[in-house]
Amino acid sequence: MRAFISIILLIIIASGIIVVLNEIPFGEPKTKVGNYYIDNGREETGASNIVTSVVVSYRGFDTIGEVTVLFVASIGLGAVLAARRKKEKRQIEPASLVLTTGCRFLFPLILLFGGYIFIHGHLTPGGGFQGGAIIASAFVLIYLACRGRRVSQTGNKIAESIGGLVFIIIGLVGLMVGGHYFLSNYLPKGELNLLFSAGVIPIIYIAIGFKVGSELAGIIDNLVEESK
Amino acid sequence: MNIPHIISFLQGTIYYIGAFGLIFIGLLIMLLKSNLIKMIIGLNILDTGVNLLLISVGYISKGTAPVFSNPALENQTMVDPVPQALVLTAIVIGVSVLALALSLAIRLYHHYGVLDLREIREQRW
Repeated sequence: MRAFISIILLIIIASGIIVVLNEIPFGEPKTKVGNYYIDNGREETGASNIVTSVVVSYRGFDTIGEVTVLFVASIGLGAVLAARRKKEKRQIEPASLVLTTGCRFLFPLILLFGGYIFIHGHLTPGGGFQGGAIIASAFVLIYLACRGRRVSQTGNKIAESIGGLVFIIIGLVGLMVGGHYFLSNYLPKGELNLLFSAGVIPIIYIAIGFKVGSELAGIIDNLVEESK
Repeated sequence: MNIPHIISFLQGTIYYIGAFGLIFIGLLIMLLKSNLIKMIIGLNILDTGVNLLLISVGYISKGTAPVFSNPALENQTMVDPVPQALVLTAIVIGVSVLALALSLAIRLYHHYGVLDLREIREQRW
């Protein structure tokens, strides 16, 4: 009975989607907002990566909402899983030699790569969220290879809080100086394609990179501690 | 229905077909399965399909990535940057929803002892 109703519902939804997708031509320019951002993005924000200037400068308020959602999810996961801590300890077998040697060799290289991606967010494709995910994957490698050890949680929480606070404070300072609106770009824009250019955008992306990296590492730590 | 017709038809719509297929499979899993972990996996597949659909709507033919790293890229057509920025947000929100849903599934399992929703009396459809 339940399968029958589900199939009927799915056929209705699928036909609706197909009828709408027929009307949207593939590969033709559809809106004018994108053209405005491509033509005037470099003079107004100073970043060569137009997607970065859209995420941080033109639509910066959506990025604050996204950082808040990630923060609430991380805190919610910690709160839901903290209510039960088993007291028995299992025998943890150590990982193989290849994994431990590879972890020791690769961990600083992965951190370096993630740092490169979020520092150069305004020059090359990438940015704070991508670099943060790469840093979190380096911490997952530690949990897989050096079993039984944890990353220090106070360092995690401090990095996460400072990253979020720097973002909000830079936005609020933009209310006082510069263009007098929230998240205005008030530092000098500099030349294109230099590392120290584009105003507040690299500073915001570095803060977001630290925040997302430590948040995802904290989520992994909570789940691994729960499964012990 | 010879081969050049099929290839030229696929070239125009393969992204839409792939995204629609992922959305359909995700909805199918969420409606027909009763194991909680499988429903969460279906939710994640649905999320991936929607993100793929949003990006493929913003594609412009013969366009390149909207990054001006070279002075030779002045008069090149570029794809729309706005859907890419919004899908960045949507992917992060999908990860947050997945993390919170998995933690709630763990608590449900500790409380009831089973993961099958048909056997938990209050959760039956």
